[in-house]
Amino acid sequence: MGKLFAVVLVIIALASAYPIVTHMYVMPEDISTHGHQIDEQLSDTMAEAGISFLLAQFVLAFFVWTFAERTVGVKLKNFPGGAKVMVAAAFILVGTEVLALGVFGQRAWANVYFTPPRPDALQIQAQAGQFAFYFRYPGADGKFGAIHPDKIDEGNQNYFGLDPANEIESRDDIVSAELAIPVNREIHLMMHAKDVGHSFYVRELRIQQDFVPGLDLSVHFTATKTGRYEIVCTQLCGLGHYNMKAYLNVMAQDDFEKWMKQKASEL
Amino acid sequence: MRTKQAFMTGVAILAAVTTTSAVPGGGTVSGKVTYEGTPAKQKPIDMSKEPSCAKQYATPTTTETVVTGPNNALENVVVYISAGAADEPPPSQSAVFTQKGCRYIPHVLAFQVNQPLEVLNEDQTSHNIHPLAKINREWNKSQPPGTPPIVDKYDKMEFIPVKCNVHPWMHGTFAVLKNSHYSISSTDGGFSLPNLPPGKYTVTAYHESYGEQSQEVTIAGSETKSVNFVFKAKPY
Amino acid sequence: MEETSAQQAHVHAPPEGFLRKYVFSLDHKVIGKQYYALALLAVCMGMALSWLMRFHLVWPTTRIPGLELISKAGAPGGIITPEYYLSLLTMHGTLMVFFVLTNAPFAAFGNFFLPIQIGAEDMAFPRFNMMSFWTTLAAFLVLILAFVIPDGPPISGWTSYAPLSAVGKDAGPGMGWGMNLWAISIAIFCIGSLLGALNFIATTLDLRAKGMTLMRMPICTWAWFITSCIALLAFAVLLPACILLILDRTAGTSFFIPSGLVVSDRLQPHSGGSPLLWQHLFWFFGHPEVYIAILPSMGIVSHILINSMRKPLLSARVIIYSMMSIGFLSWMVWGHHMFVSGMNPFSSLLFSFPTLTITIPATIMTMIWMGSLYGANIRINAASLFALGFISMFVSGGVSGFFLAQPSIDIVLHATYFVVGHFHMVMGVASIFGVFAGTYFWFGKMTGRMMNETLGQLHFWLTFIGTYCIFMPFHYLGLVGNVRRYSAFVNDYTGPLLPLHKFITIAALCTGAAQLIFIFNLIYSRYKGAPAPENPWNGTTLEWSIPSPPPWNNFGGKHPVIYHDPYQYDVKGSKGDYIMQDSPEPSAG
Repeated sequence: MGKLFAVVLVIIALASAYPIVTHMYVMPEDISTHGHQIDEQLSDTMAEAGISFLLAQFVLAFFVWTFAERTVGVKLKNFPGGAKVMVAAAFILVGTEVLALGVFGQRAWANVYFTPPRPDALQIQAQAGQFAFYFRYPGADGKFGAIHPDKIDEGNQNYFGLDPANEIESRDDIVSAELAIPVNREIHLMMHAKDVGHSFYVRELRIQQDFVPGLDLSVHFTATKTGRYEIVCTQLCGLGHYNMKAYLNVMAQDDFEKWMKQKASEL
Repeated sequence: MRTKQAFMTGVAILAAVTTTSAVPGGGTVSGKVTYEGTPAKQKPIDMSKEPSCAKQYATPTTTETVVTGPNNALENVVVYISAGAADEPPPSQSAVFTQKGCRYIPHVLAFQVNQPLEVLNEDQTSHNIHPLAKINREWNKSQPPGTPPIVDKYDKMEFIPVKCNVHPWMHGTFAVLKNSHYSISSTDGGFSLPNLPPGKYTVTAYHESYGEQSQEVTIAGSETKSVNFVFKAKPY
Repeated sequence: MEETSAQQAHVHAPPEGFLRKYVFSLDHKVIGKQYYALALLAVCMGMALSWLMRFHLVWPTTRIPGLELISKAGAPGGIITPEYYLSLLTMHGTLMVFFVLTNAPFAAFGNFFLPIQIGAEDMAFPRFNMMSFWTTLAAFLVLILAFVIPDGPPISGWTSYAPLSAVGKDAGPGMGWGMNLWAISIAIFCIGSLLGALNFIATTLDLRAKGMTLMRMPICTWAWFITSCIALLAFAVLLPACILLILDRTAGTSFFIPSGLVVSDRLQPHSGGSPLLWQHLFWFFGHPEVYIAILPSMGIVSHILINSMRKPLLSARVIIYSMMSIGFLSWMVWGHHMFVSGMNPFSSLLFSFPTLTITIPATIMTMIWMGSLYGANIRINAASLFALGFISMFVSGGVSGFFLAQPSIDIVLHATYFVVGHFHMVMGVASIFGVFAGTYFWFGKMTGRMMNETLGQLHFWLTFIGTYCIFMPFHYLGLVGNVRRYSAFVNDYTGPLLPLHKFITIAALCTGAAQLIFIFNLIYSRYKGAPAPENPWNGTTLEWSIPSPPPWNNFGGKHPVIYHDPYQYDVKGSKGDYIMQDSPEPSAG
């Protein structure tokens, strides 16, 4: 049975590694300017984790194969060096490896979170509410009208609670169910939660950030490839969480301007 | 014997007059509901988050909070007798509210107190129907595709806004009324309330965005009285 | 060390009468078995919930016959609604984390064996001990009540993030009384756990037999002791957090709810609160909680491995110090659950360093376990197979932690199935393997009859292979970005992942079925198992010096005297290949 354990374990380890090594399950293509650092970090970590995983499982299998169910009375011995070697190895190998990951990994993090958005970034406001995302552009006047939660009227598609009757700034605000953005332009996405916690996740953009009610959060990013990508909610927000999504529509600059004109004409 | 017959006939007539308020061949109140001013633009609905619904529309459908017709006609106004007519027991036939293409059909559903309400889901997606009742009991229920119709009823009169918790653009109204004297204005704004016994009535028109208006009317015999409503449209 | 006056002060009279013996028992052994039975019931319920969840994910339109009788609103026509899925998910997590993983390895085995292993007659406070079990049972009943009320159980997950959990019934079905019952249940659970932890600590410090220094305590005793210290502090934070949540929900306070929220078309009458405050309070408890779940199993596995290998670990002391460092570091890492939560991103970096550092003691322990196998003569049976399986699982679950500990990688893996795979493997499966190992090892001592070895080994193979088949693929799903807590997969990118989900579901149903072998074995062996000798495994620690099952006062009125450290195996010149702790025979040089 000991030898069977070793064999089964080796098979399990190899079978587990197979989909990783053959890249069967990978993130989709990165279309952001900051994502490559995350992808590199993920690759490096996968290599180190993968080697550690396989090594550990193989050593466990080998030791069980060799040292299980031996003849009674066989002379037992200890691993050369004993506990000291283990402790030293853990500190030196694992300690440096994981701390290196941590130190190098912070660059990717800093790139997303410690660099402010450029002053000419396109400002768009995203609102997450049970169970859809809506996006608001400031319109020709460049200003966002105020949000009045008591004026929200979804039946009339007033998702943000704007008051165009009394406030001029909100009259030209464009509200859209899809996040249309021009390619290669930095976007400063301001995030407003209407009711409970939600999250904004676009796999291709390598961006994920929670919407927190009461907090003015934002992310900034630049998309480098046109196309339609899914935005999904990743923070459990109620029964419709599974169906809470929108599309990020990255367009060429001209197409984006046409889209904005079309939207403005619907106001 | 004859006294007894006369008495029984008299009782029968009295019963007929007092227990049934719908009198075939009675009077009718009809008219048109229109608006003045500029109504808000009905914006197209982007259903991209629900592709199975979005693909049912060649061009996107629009919101239905203010539906207008030719000659300033105002649709979806519930015109009903709010005073002067007796309460009626509900019909056994269900009032059917259908979720199709991520819209509510009809947008305004009028039915009676204690009349069965049947909600159907004809879409490929799960809906969560949430009538926002304040006087009646508030409930919301999920209805995955392929599940049986939801059947419920309301025991008090109320205009209840209905929303879908999953698809924010879906809105409708339940008009739960006390008797069968109601009519919803159609594309030309027209409505008709037939079968009214003689009497003094208050006719009320309810629009989900523009509010309520009432007028008094007296019916004598089988005449048709014309009553029109004009609502003030709001640009926003 | 002091004379055993503390011990003598804790002598109590033998129990009499059915109720005192078996129901409201003050005997730590009975209480331990009561906790085990509660954990067994909870794990069966939790597992059944997971079968329903997995079934629904891959066959969403297939009727589950009879389910509409359990919940008319939740499963109309036998089809699970989105909110019912979430309530199954919430109850699965709550039952498993609280009522299984905190109860079984810690409260059940700890209660039964800690006093025996230190040579005591019972816990320091037998009445508190009884109260802690009944309090925990009360918490369980309050939680289960949520299944039968009309509104149904809550849908906010076992983590119950505010404001979803705090605003009340506007937030969705189940968020009315269901959520209230959840919060009340967990608050009651905290009280039960605090009582239990206090008892373990006082007992360990005060009631050790003569010669039983702290360093002569078995590793599992140390694990229970360290776990109690963590539990005392952790549950002391969760209890007030739950109270604040209940106040927000019922008393109009706004600890967790800011102003201006419009939920279900209603403007919520709250202002000034912070949703992040709930997350901080919850995870300040929640992270130590996962170590509460794993440390006892680490102790049990160490204990069983040594006995199975017939030689001590390379260093028991290093294991103990590693467990202490894990306990200490566990307080500094809670923010790694909140990297993208909106808290200051600099804090995220700060939290990542202790999170990565905690790998070191965990690696030391793994290397000591594995290194100790070298040169040993490992006896293979159900107990040791599960102990070895634990090491494998702990490694597998642990390496995925490398990824999640880094905020930059967490950006793409947070809230995906990668996280779900990680915690199921490293906490769920590994911890349960410790419980299985402990059951096969100690069942004879606890009941007087041995479990069936053939069935036990069959149970091991099916479970070991089965749990890998279920939880390893979760990591692949996460690497693609498959978001968690979805009741259905309707996104463009999740369509192609359904075959893998089907594989997982089938593996889950099969592995679940295999657990029936264990349950059958438990029940059958309880009545028909081979009679258990006093020391079937040739063990050295005090539990093997008393009858199986032990008498009500453990040592029959005698006070054991300890002469050795707990793992005198492979001792040169000794009679057998081991020396018992209470044997005056001289120990190894």
